[in-house]
Amino acid sequence: MAKRIEDFTVKENRRLNNDLFVLELTGNNYLPSLKPGQFCQVKIEGNPETFLRRPISIHDVDYEQNTIKLLVQIAGKGTKKLSSLRQGDILNIIYPLGNSFSLPAENTQILLVGGGCGVAPLLFLGKYLKSKGYKPDVLLGFRNSDRIIEYDECSGIGTVYLTTEDGSKGEKGFVTDHKVLKDHHFDHICCCGPESMMKAVAGYCLKHGIECEVSLEHLMACGFGVCLCCVVNTLNGNLCSCIDGPVFNTKELKW
Amino acid sequence: MVNLGVSVGDLKLKNPVLTASGTFGYGTEFDDFIDVSSLGGIILKGTTMEPREGNPYPRMAETPSGMLNTVGLQNKGIDYFEKNIYPVISRYDTNIIVNINGSYIEDYIALAERINRLEKIPAIELNISCPNVKMGGMAFGTNPGSAREVTREVRSVYSKVLIVKLSPNVTDISDFARIAEEEGADSVSLINTLLGMAIDIKTMRPALSTVTGGLSGPAVKPVALRMVWQAAKAVKIPVIGIGGIMSAGDAIEFFLAGASAIQVGTASFVDPQISVSILEGIQKYLAEKGYSDIKEIIGLINR
Repeated sequence: MAKRIEDFTVKENRRLNNDLFVLELTGNNYLPSLKPGQFCQVKIEGNPETFLRRPISIHDVDYEQNTIKLLVQIAGKGTKKLSSLRQGDILNIIYPLGNSFSLPAENTQILLVGGGCGVAPLLFLGKYLKSKGYKPDVLLGFRNSDRIIEYDECSGIGTVYLTTEDGSKGEKGFVTDHKVLKDHHFDHICCCGPESMMKAVAGYCLKHGIECEVSLEHLMACGFGVCLCCVVNTLNGNLCSCIDGPVFNTKELKW
Repeated sequence: MVNLGVSVGDLKLKNPVLTASGTFGYGTEFDDFIDVSSLGGIILKGTTMEPREGNPYPRMAETPSGMLNTVGLQNKGIDYFEKNIYPVISRYDTNIIVNINGSYIEDYIALAERINRLEKIPAIELNISCPNVKMGGMAFGTNPGSAREVTREVRSVYSKVLIVKLSPNVTDISDFARIAEEEGADSVSLINTLLGMAIDIKTMRPALSTVTGGLSGPAVKPVALRMVWQAAKAVKIPVIGIGGIMSAGDAIEFFLAGASAIQVGTASFVDPQISVSILEGIQKYLAEKGYSDIKEIIGLINR
């Protein structure tokens, strides 16, 4: 799929909590067909200190409205600047970048597992899977009830199960502790979240013979396979998370 | 019409805009964004005899107006290049220049001999300035004796255009430019990255897996410009300017300081179309200033 470099117009900047927000962007051209798991490289204007683009996964797509959504966490100066964008502002992005989550065989029981802002690529994935006839469920983990995001959006995909570390909502503990994993059979898990959580999920899947795909977040400069900075150590050597990923089957990873 | 053609030894460039090794892959990564053949040439990713896995992650840290990298010459080796990459990129109607690297002088010689046989490669860039490998690389380019020896040995086996890429991590870069010229190099390109480091104060650990790495981007431009100016005054062979070029204005500063051509590097990560924008900007600048040939402004401040 041809990569593009284009200006988008900010349609809405919706604050979710202290450090998370959703940018809804309208394309000036018609959107190409996008795949869940893909990301964009967002240019940060006006500050030479934030010189490189910021890789942000595609959270949602609406072809009718010609809009995409990006779920962003304020992690430093670049994302802080993005959080201040207002309706009508212009954002330059390179997209679509990276591979995508795979489409498993028909009738595969799929669970989407998100931790914190790791829910970002899973909303798009869930809607996409549903449109293709799958019936995925969703398991989300957060630190506490104040941190819960995108719950209502995900409930349109399938049943949403919830954990919080302090037990303030849903089951107490980590996603790998949730009883849905014991009560239901899943063939395939798609996961995104903090690396420690993805490793725990990958370990669970390995133990129980479940296919597991994760979306990795590695530091990168370009996003299109040139700088070779975002490498992931795999059974096939160092691969770029920007072109060979960001989605990897955990069987390939040297974790 | 402004004449943008320049020569680097026997190599004719239709325009002076090249892309720096390690920031432009093999060109094909940019096909979606620009017509690669519109450039004066492309310098390919650093190539070695054997495949190399490079350094562990993390390999990159953003710093004010720039970035540090420690890729460590990850590449699939010359055999893979010849078999799988060379046939694909031979279709480009521009100069394809291979950046060669090694741990020992013998590696450089063997690579130069191999690439000498490739019809569509009119030049090599001898990289004696990579700061991110344990053996070879910058060790050759920061010692006058070994810089001389590797240039001489490669020259003796390589009959086409030889460009030596210099390290800025030296006391006086003119010495190294002179050594390259004395040993028969057709050109010197500079600068490679400046050795630097960064520490993550949250984790209290170095930001890069190898602690130190190479600094590039607009942060290094004044240093690069000064060194290009020094080298251009020290040698008669053409100097290719590299370092933090983000705009046509930046490129023009390098020409005025004495560079016959320039390489766009880190800027291509941020804007994959920037090399072509810079080319267009140079043309516009010369036309507006009333020049008909870029050669009229090369080294203008030194006259």
